[in-house]
Amino acid sequence: MAEHKKEIDQVTGVETTGHEWDGLKELNHPLPKWWLYMFYGTIVWSVIYWILMPSWPLVNGYTKGLLNYSQRAVATENFDVAAAERAETGKMLLEASLEEIRDTPALLEFAMAQGEVAFGDNCAPCHGTGATGFEGYPNLQDDSWIWGGDLDTLSTTISYGVRAEHDETRYAEMPAFGRDELLEKEEIIQVANYVGSVAGLPTQEGVDLEAGKVIYEENCAACHMENAKGDLETGSPNLTAPTYLYGKSVEDIIAQVNAPRHGVMPAWIDRLGETTVKSLAVYVHSLGGGQ
Amino acid sequence: MSSQVEPIDKEEDEAWFASAAKVYPMEVKGRFRKIKWAILFITLGIYYFTPFIRWDRGPLLPDQAVLVDFERKRGYFFFLEIWPQEVYYLAGLLIIASVALFLMNAIAGRLWCGYLCPQTVWTDLFFRVESMIEGDRRKRITLDKQPWNAEKILKKGTKHFLWLMIAWWTGGAWVLYFADAPTLVYDLATGQAAFSAYVWIGILTFTTYSLAGHMREQVCVYMCPWPRIQAALTDEHALNVTYRYDRGEPRGHLKESKKRIADGLPAGDCIDCNQCFYACPTGVDIRKGAQLDCIQCGLCIDACDSIMTKVGKPTGLIAYDTDDNIERRERGEASVYRLIRPRTVVYTAIIALIAGVMLYAQLNRSMTDLSVVHDRNPLYVQQSDGSFRNGYSLRLLNKHNNEQSFTLSVEDMPKGATLEVVGIHKNAADVTKDTQLSLSVDADTTRSVRALVFSPAGVEMPSSLPMSFKLVDTETGETTVISDFFRAPGK
Repeated sequence: MAEHKKEIDQVTGVETTGHEWDGLKELNHPLPKWWLYMFYGTIVWSVIYWILMPSWPLVNGYTKGLLNYSQRAVATENFDVAAAERAETGKMLLEASLEEIRDTPALLEFAMAQGEVAFGDNCAPCHGTGATGFEGYPNLQDDSWIWGGDLDTLSTTISYGVRAEHDETRYAEMPAFGRDELLEKEEIIQVANYVGSVAGLPTQEGVDLEAGKVIYEENCAACHMENAKGDLETGSPNLTAPTYLYGKSVEDIIAQVNAPRHGVMPAWIDRLGETTVKSLAVYVHSLGGGQ
Repeated sequence: MSSQVEPIDKEEDEAWFASAAKVYPMEVKGRFRKIKWAILFITLGIYYFTPFIRWDRGPLLPDQAVLVDFERKRGYFFFLEIWPQEVYYLAGLLIIASVALFLMNAIAGRLWCGYLCPQTVWTDLFFRVESMIEGDRRKRITLDKQPWNAEKILKKGTKHFLWLMIAWWTGGAWVLYFADAPTLVYDLATGQAAFSAYVWIGILTFTTYSLAGHMREQVCVYMCPWPRIQAALTDEHALNVTYRYDRGEPRGHLKESKKRIADGLPAGDCIDCNQCFYACPTGVDIRKGAQLDCIQCGLCIDACDSIMTKVGKPTGLIAYDTDDNIERRERGEASVYRLIRPRTVVYTAIIALIAGVMLYAQLNRSMTDLSVVHDRNPLYVQQSDGSFRNGYSLRLLNKHNNEQSFTLSVEDMPKGATLEVVGIHKNAADVTKDTQLSLSVDADTTRSVRALVFSPAGVEMPSSLPMSFKLVDTETGETTVISDFFRAPGK
């Protein structure tokens, strides 16, 4: 630029910058100095920023800056503030009965929001994000319950789990009629076909359903009841509903009578605390199957 | 660009950058100066005092006429109340504002820049303060050139103090739009206001002081995008502050042009007194024609008119005129003013259309509303009796200033279908149908509930059945119907 020779454009009377592209010359309209100083200012600002704030990556870690600022620390702080704010409503939740929560719109909205998040974090891996379950993991949306679907029962089930390692856990086990040789193979086929017929499933040909009924009354009715609608007290599933846990066909029933599978649900009370368990109970109840 | 920036030393490298030459506008008197004063008082009056206007909305709502309530997520403008989801009113206002800018431009150039823009209004006010303290153009130039002494320190000090006070009041007025003004003034005075209020006052004090006091025309020339867009939107029929060179040229001093006339040579009316240039707040010589730096404030018209009157020539050598008219007069034709042109008609039509749509929307604004979202997962649930259940998230809006009760019902479902809302008990006494129930929403808020719809047992359901939710305000009868679907596996 120092060698730039002054040249005046004939048409405009304005000096050119001396830059030329294919015969086109650039007129020199100098920018105001303050513009340049602002640019210098941003450079100075960046240096100050490097000194004060975390900035340069190093081999192990990064330069911390004099202000010792950390987004992680700010996030933790904000989280604590939010937790403290929630604790107030949480306390009201803790003091209220489950029915009161359900009947108070403000508490219900809070519990459902908290329950939804807790469900996604803790329950969804087994019961699905939509709470519709999978084979072996109960569907929580429908109105068919193993241990009961009212608020208190749900709360108990969530707190202590099923067949879990907790003193108050729910416990029920169906005998393995085939494996433990309580019934003959033929008898198992007969009873399974009888149960299938009660549930409205297609049965196998040539099977004596009357014999199956007798076997059912002798071996199964004690828990699953005469009408096969199950018993919430003992955690015996309803066999007439279209909501079989381990597959809905006579073959699946045979497998289950022969050597039942028993799922485990963990006890959550020690891990999540009473407030969250209450919210979860209200949330699951609100899904639609609650009783 | 014209005279803002003069390269200091063209031999130096610094020719790419140059100090901004300070503009010392001369005070003028006249028609446009009066208009500018009137607009200044009106606009600043609106800005500084609007937050103190009261507007009764009942006991629960704020009584400030214009208030942006971020905390409660409401916007208030006299009789209007805007909820966050109605922010399209703001979009509509912004569209109207921008098209109005185009319309102004098509009619009379940079009316916005010259008279209405906050940068112009505050700069004008700051100029006035400056000339009150330091005197007019010549005195200010002299003061700047003279060495620092007690007089200069006193004058400059007083000026900057007054500027800062105006700037501080400007920032102070700004925050009053976001909280109850009298309360906030008291809190600010007693040091109890929120920290953010002081920060915002600080920011606006700084921007007002630096932009109106120091940056002035540099804002228009180097920062503002509008002059660039404006230049692309103008045409030869738009009125602009114009030097009528057809009448002014060839220019010359008074004696000179008299001599030329005596010699039988042509002589224009411009006596080259430079008053138009001295009066210009952006340092433009209007006689060089339309240029980006010219904000078209009309002060050069006032300056020229007063000179023309003095020398006994007709006024209007500089005036609002069009490029087209100058060419016409040079061809010996009469001037034509075409205010009604396709572009002014189209701009007006757009403004009328959008204003009409907004007015219609506002007049028909519902006071209650309902939104429905069908559960995505699961789409349906089979019950133990073989029937199906669908879940919906409902949000009920009540914009009334008191608790409102509603009847919610499901329409177009097969006979025997039922509706339940989680947390709402059906009271046998006042429920006549299984698909209907009543619930209430608190004043000026929303309520979200979960609704469950059950198909009747033993009825075959299609995979998707169109149905709807109906929300009736039991008091006013206002009805909202939202269509949705009932899903089932189907065949």
